[in-house]
Amino acid sequence: METRTLTLHVWRQNGPTGTGSFKTYEAKDVNEHMSFLEMLDDLNEKLISRGEEEITFDHDCREGICGACGMVVNGYAHGPRERTTTCQLHMREVFKLGWTEVWIEPWRAKAFPLVKDLMVDRSAFDRIQHAGGYISVRTGSARDANETPIQKQIADSAMDAATCIGCGACVASCPNASASLFTSAKVGHLGTLPQGVPEREIRVRNMVAQMDAEGFGSCTNHGECEAACPKGISVDWIARMNREFVRAMVTAKDDVDARD
Amino acid sequence: MIELKSREPAGPIEKRWTEHKANSKLVAPHNRRRYQVIVVGTGLAGGAAAATLGELGYNVKAFCFQDSPRRAHSIAAQGGINAAKNYQNDGDSVYRLFYDTVKGGDFRARESNVYRLAELSIGIIDQAVAQGVPFAREYGGLLANRSFGGAQVSRTFYARGQTGQQLLLGAYASLNRQIEAGTVTMFPRQEMLDLIVYEGKARGIVTRNLVTGRIESHLADVVILATGGYGNVFYLSTNAKGSNVTAAWRAHRHGALFANPCYTQIHPTCIPRSGEYQSKLTLMSESLRNDGRVWVPRNAEDATKDPSSIPESDRYYYLEERYPAFGNLVPRDVASRNAMYVCNDGHGVADAPDSADGKRRAVYLDFADAIGRLGESTIRERYGNLFEMYERITGVNPYQKPMKIYPATHYTMGGLWVDYNLQTTIPGLFAGGEANFSDHGANRLGASALMQGLADGYFVLPFTIGNYLGEVRNLEPLDEDDAVVRDAVRTVEERLTRLVDAPDAKTPPEVFHRELGNIIWSKCGMSRSGEGLREALEEIPKLRERFHREVRVMGSPGGMNQNLERAGRVADLIELGELMCIDALTREESCGGHFREEHQTGDGEAKRNDEEFSYVSAWEYTGDMAAPALHKEDLTFEYVKPTMRSYK
Repeated sequence: METRTLTLHVWRQNGPTGTGSFKTYEAKDVNEHMSFLEMLDDLNEKLISRGEEEITFDHDCREGICGACGMVVNGYAHGPRERTTTCQLHMREVFKLGWTEVWIEPWRAKAFPLVKDLMVDRSAFDRIQHAGGYISVRTGSARDANETPIQKQIADSAMDAATCIGCGACVASCPNASASLFTSAKVGHLGTLPQGVPEREIRVRNMVAQMDAEGFGSCTNHGECEAACPKGISVDWIARMNREFVRAMVTAKDDVDARD
Repeated sequence: MIELKSREPAGPIEKRWTEHKANSKLVAPHNRRRYQVIVVGTGLAGGAAAATLGELGYNVKAFCFQDSPRRAHSIAAQGGINAAKNYQNDGDSVYRLFYDTVKGGDFRARESNVYRLAELSIGIIDQAVAQGVPFAREYGGLLANRSFGGAQVSRTFYARGQTGQQLLLGAYASLNRQIEAGTVTMFPRQEMLDLIVYEGKARGIVTRNLVTGRIESHLADVVILATGGYGNVFYLSTNAKGSNVTAAWRAHRHGALFANPCYTQIHPTCIPRSGEYQSKLTLMSESLRNDGRVWVPRNAEDATKDPSSIPESDRYYYLEERYPAFGNLVPRDVASRNAMYVCNDGHGVADAPDSADGKRRAVYLDFADAIGRLGESTIRERYGNLFEMYERITGVNPYQKPMKIYPATHYTMGGLWVDYNLQTTIPGLFAGGEANFSDHGANRLGASALMQGLADGYFVLPFTIGNYLGEVRNLEPLDEDDAVVRDAVRTVEERLTRLVDAPDAKTPPEVFHRELGNIIWSKCGMSRSGEGLREALEEIPKLRERFHREVRVMGSPGGMNQNLERAGRVADLIELGELMCIDALTREESCGGHFREEHQTGDGEAKRNDEEFSYVSAWEYTGDMAAPALHKEDLTFEYVKPTMRSYK
């Protein structure tokens, strides 16, 4: 088993209003099977043992599905391995690249205010979902699940979009800090399925309006979001959302209550 | 004196839930907004309950410690959700799902609850599809099913290997709809640290705002805990790092009985651990056992050889040989224990020997036959994301080499004792999902956790809460300045201060957590003995005492402090761990996930003792950790007569 010593430059910042800076740490005995977060756990344990405050970062499931973790590692959102969350990035990938110094930063975007160190506030994502990321169905009022057959290809395609974990890497990697990939994934997931059709127009109008209101930037087709997305969500969904949005604006009735 | 009343309705089992609903109290629509409901936890049970109660018109406050309700650990469930739809025409029915669940739980669950669960399973699938959950479909456009460990029918619905994620996002969407409608107020990054009990009824909670550190009180007419299980008592488990027992434990200390804590489930197919630094274990969905074959080298000296060089005749397909009827699909506990045995006997294939006992703790899960039979693309379609995850973690490509797996703690069947209404022994305090003990008996079948969480959340709690409120009608007014509330807040503040100011603070909380995990895993894990449990009961109180003397928490309680959060959770897990060992020691039989070495048949199968132990153990907190009071709820089986489980 290979072990190395790495020099880590970690962004430390006490709260949203303070000024932060990089602090340098030596991470000893980092072994290839550790995940990136386990390396930080180990460092944190050593920091506490010697009486220093640990590095704060969001994480939970540690298996790439909850979307809680995320940090910029040497300039890459979630680190250098494609389609991989930070918690699933193993140190063997870092070793392969020959990195001896690693710069670790939080997601940086106006709409994601910093909470502490590497932790940011992504509640803007929740508010975009509140605006229309659902199909209005009352509990208990559903029809039999097999009453509406859905083409396998359509169901699979909806699933491709629905797989978004809401981590925010798309925003962090976008030069404009746009949330278009995130928003379009939900618009696409629900709009693709027959169940989601009745609310198609109002959904896209409200979600896009909320996205803009949160202060995310516009999409200018860099495609960095798709490259950084740990679930490989395609930028095609953004194109689809834009079409859907134009269609909704053209066909909208006056009584459609968009939040602008 | 606490009296355990299950409040099960009588009469034919298939009519019980319907009649119970017909005989229950309701709250009229215009009155619902007068009631405040608190829901703690926003996974499948909590998220679904909060959304549905909001939809009904109650005033709901929902809390989660994560930064968004969408991140609750239900999200990580991979394999699927059972439902008695019988879409495959293979003889499934509500009765059969009920029967399988009672039998799978090794006759330690309440029949009425289990029947209701099977009955409600059908509506869950309808509900999820209507919400836009993209379940797998066949080319004809209808829903696809797979079979799952322990079942002889195909009743499991799935969305790739991300079924939990999709069902949770469905519940989250419904929750969002209610947040937008103003009936639910969401409080993310808030952790419940105590329960407020006023005149014998649950009336609110004390929380810590994890960002500001502020201790807050929130009052309500009814409180629902849907805070998940306590698998992290093992330190290494498939649970999320944040999963903890604090909310349920605090309720327990206020008088809610804790049932069957020793019933824990070890999942047979997880990625083996690779070293001390390991922070959690990753599960590979047991749906993999549908197509993968489990084996170890017949000769122990082949353990370190390249598996492809081991000829067929030297491979020991131990599940297929020992259990020909079920083969690789035997229930989880049987699969887990057999993996342990073959590794104990030196056939294990882990890269490195375990630091504790020198055994190589891993077995092969081999897809070569399935890939040969079905083609790599079919296997990729079925399990693509799981294979990818395996490769990511281990660096080995499972399309080319067999996976290595080993059991890990996955689910806890024990939990807060609840009656048929899911009400705990504290009036006004309800528990749903993994946080309660109700439906799985001593062992849970695969793909039944999602089913239970959603049944509780969408269909049971919204109804039984109405019944409770209809019964109590107008509760005594209570405000935040009341001495009871102020005391509760002060108690929490003092507890946090004690954690920060331990007298000889020098050790991070993880160190104690790992020690606790080692004790529980080796002495109250896959297999337990009276001797081991008595040792554990010597060690845990010492650990607890040392923890409170030496734990080091940097910083203050007055702001974001993850070090403090973890310390608080470890403190409660240590206490729960002790109760778990007491429960395991008291239960002098083997059943389901609880295997006592003293109680096994000649060929090593679990041996139940129905004469003496056909009851639920419900423990009351007495103030003395070593001497909780045992209350028994006798179990009667009118429909499924207890038999010795046999998967041969």
